[in-house]
Amino acid sequence: MSTSSLNRSGFGSPVPLLAVLASGLVGIALALVFFVAPEDADQGLSQKIFYFHVPIALTAYACFGWGAFKALLLLWRKEERYDLESYVAVHQGTIFGALTLATGSIWAKASWGHWWLWSENQLVLFLVLFLFYSAYFMLRFSIEEGPRRANISAVYALFGIALVPVSFLAIRLAENVIHPTVFTREGPQMTGTMFFTFCVAWVAISALAYALYRLELLGKRLDSNLRELREALSS
Amino acid sequence: MTFLADVATLARKDLRLELRARDTLPAMLLFVVSTLVVFRFALPEGADDVAAQGADDVAAQGLLWVALVFTALLGLARAWAPEREGGALEGLVLAPTDRSAIWLGKSAAVFIFLCALDAVALPAFALFFAPVSLSTVAGVLLANVGICAIGTLLAAMAAASRTRELILPLLFLPLAIPLVVGGVGAGVSAEPARFLAFLGLYDGVFAILCWASFEYVVSE
Amino acid sequence: MISARALEKRYGRKRALRPLDLDVASGSFLVVTGANGSGKTTLLRLLAGLAAPSRGTLEVAVDRGRLGYLGHEALVYRELTALENLDLYGRLYRVPERRERIGMLLERFGLWEARGERASAFSRGMLQRLALCRALLHDPDLLVLDEPFTALDVQGAALLDHQLAELGGTRTVVVSTHEPERLQRLASARLALT
Repeated sequence: MSTSSLNRSGFGSPVPLLAVLASGLVGIALALVFFVAPEDADQGLSQKIFYFHVPIALTAYACFGWGAFKALLLLWRKEERYDLESYVAVHQGTIFGALTLATGSIWAKASWGHWWLWSENQLVLFLVLFLFYSAYFMLRFSIEEGPRRANISAVYALFGIALVPVSFLAIRLAENVIHPTVFTREGPQMTGTMFFTFCVAWVAISALAYALYRLELLGKRLDSNLRELREALSS
Repeated sequence: MTFLADVATLARKDLRLELRARDTLPAMLLFVVSTLVVFRFALPEGADDVAAQGADDVAAQGLLWVALVFTALLGLARAWAPEREGGALEGLVLAPTDRSAIWLGKSAAVFIFLCALDAVALPAFALFFAPVSLSTVAGVLLANVGICAIGTLLAAMAAASRTRELILPLLFLPLAIPLVVGGVGAGVSAEPARFLAFLGLYDGVFAILCWASFEYVVSE
Repeated sequence: MISARALEKRYGRKRALRPLDLDVASGSFLVVTGANGSGKTTLLRLLAGLAAPSRGTLEVAVDRGRLGYLGHEALVYRELTALENLDLYGRLYRVPERRERIGMLLERFGLWEARGERASAFSRGMLQRLALCRALLHDPDLLVLDEPFTALDVQGAALLDHQLAELGGTRTVVVSTHEPERLQRLASARLALT
């Protein structure tokens, strides 16, 4: 295991390249959003946050999905490395989930004057997921390292992915009866330029997430290699 | 068929243990009634009229579900206690029994305890707040299935953790949110069938997930 | 019966069992010794299927229903009686003529009088005897016993000696112990862990 992961984490690692690429893309996206994309007639400047809010949300879903996929691989193939990959993906997903809540809240304040809207299904769904995945970390760090912890984390990550559609349905149902919709919102009608900007932003943020994912994985693997080396030297 | 026989054996064992010890279920019954009483006092002025008129049905129903969910948590925290005390869980894992049968047996017992809980909680609620409709009862029964399915599995996860009692609510509550939506909706909405169907969906999805993944929760 | 190559077990960073090669033929009586922390318990748990190897391979030719295990804990329900505990395991292991076999084992290990008492009332020695009954209940082909003489009084130890003598030769037995001399006669193979 050591040699192969060293190869993965030593020279020839794609991480520096990924980081540069991601930064570049984000820079381009920012430029497009603020200088190229036209201002929305109704919402003005605050609409711009959509270019970030939606891709961040989608990326968070992707991270959780990736984490669940790695979790499935762990349970199926029983190879240790999947545990770390699943954990890092969930970690990234949670970070992006928190960002979703933040950007969503800013948008809500800018558009409707409230920091929080229960009628915003997306936001509520993320709140539930955020609670769920925060518990993931509490669970993980209260179990001793080992196969038990890996298995339990993996099962929990899979539950998370199942929770996404179920929660979404629940919130939709709740909206109609428990919280009657007060505000109606039409999705931004996107012109060609807007759509292009949106796509660029989405790619940029996905690239950023992937770069961060690889970076964190690299860091953790180096950590663990270092520890092994220390143990090998001391024994 | 041996699968079901094992499930029955294990569920019977749990019922026997509870009947003998009589510690968890009475505590749950007392807790739910106390909670409902606390709610009564916690409601702001004029609540008397509100409840009597049934005008704020939603709020009252919500209280019922909060009480049910937290009482269930109380019981679930002790679900695996007998296995932990004597190390019996390993004994079960050693046996040729399907690991999912261990989960299902325990869930079945918990389901029965939850139904016993409801037999006290629902009348108490009707007495203190507002009458309970048939769709509410159906919602409660369907939600019980979901609660015992995921609760049993999450309790097993929590048992492996250092912080045991502390972590179970954190794991359970986010997953319980859809159940509460379904349950309250069933009691309040003009179209309870949709919410009941949703509860059925939840039960199906998570029961299958639990059945398939319990093996990994108890294995090293 | 048992075959292991480069068998290793780690819990995170902790190494519980160093790489090990092992072959145990059917009918052998293997005595495992070693200092505390050398991995005796880990090895026996791996053999019993309670833990999966981190690295290496392990093949055990019997399935769970034909394997009997005795660990550091009795693995019983404290609030059930001895009889109820054994009945439960008897059902799960699908033991034929369950009641007769339970009665026979309880008598053999001197627990017949205490059969209606809850396990929580048992002394450590009695719990150990009950655990032995549980391990032997289904007449396993492979017995994995982790320090079985712990907590047994002179009488209990004698009963166990007798039982092991009976089993050795017809069944495969793996025993870990701090007193290898005791099993000198019966041992057909030895393994010292470091």
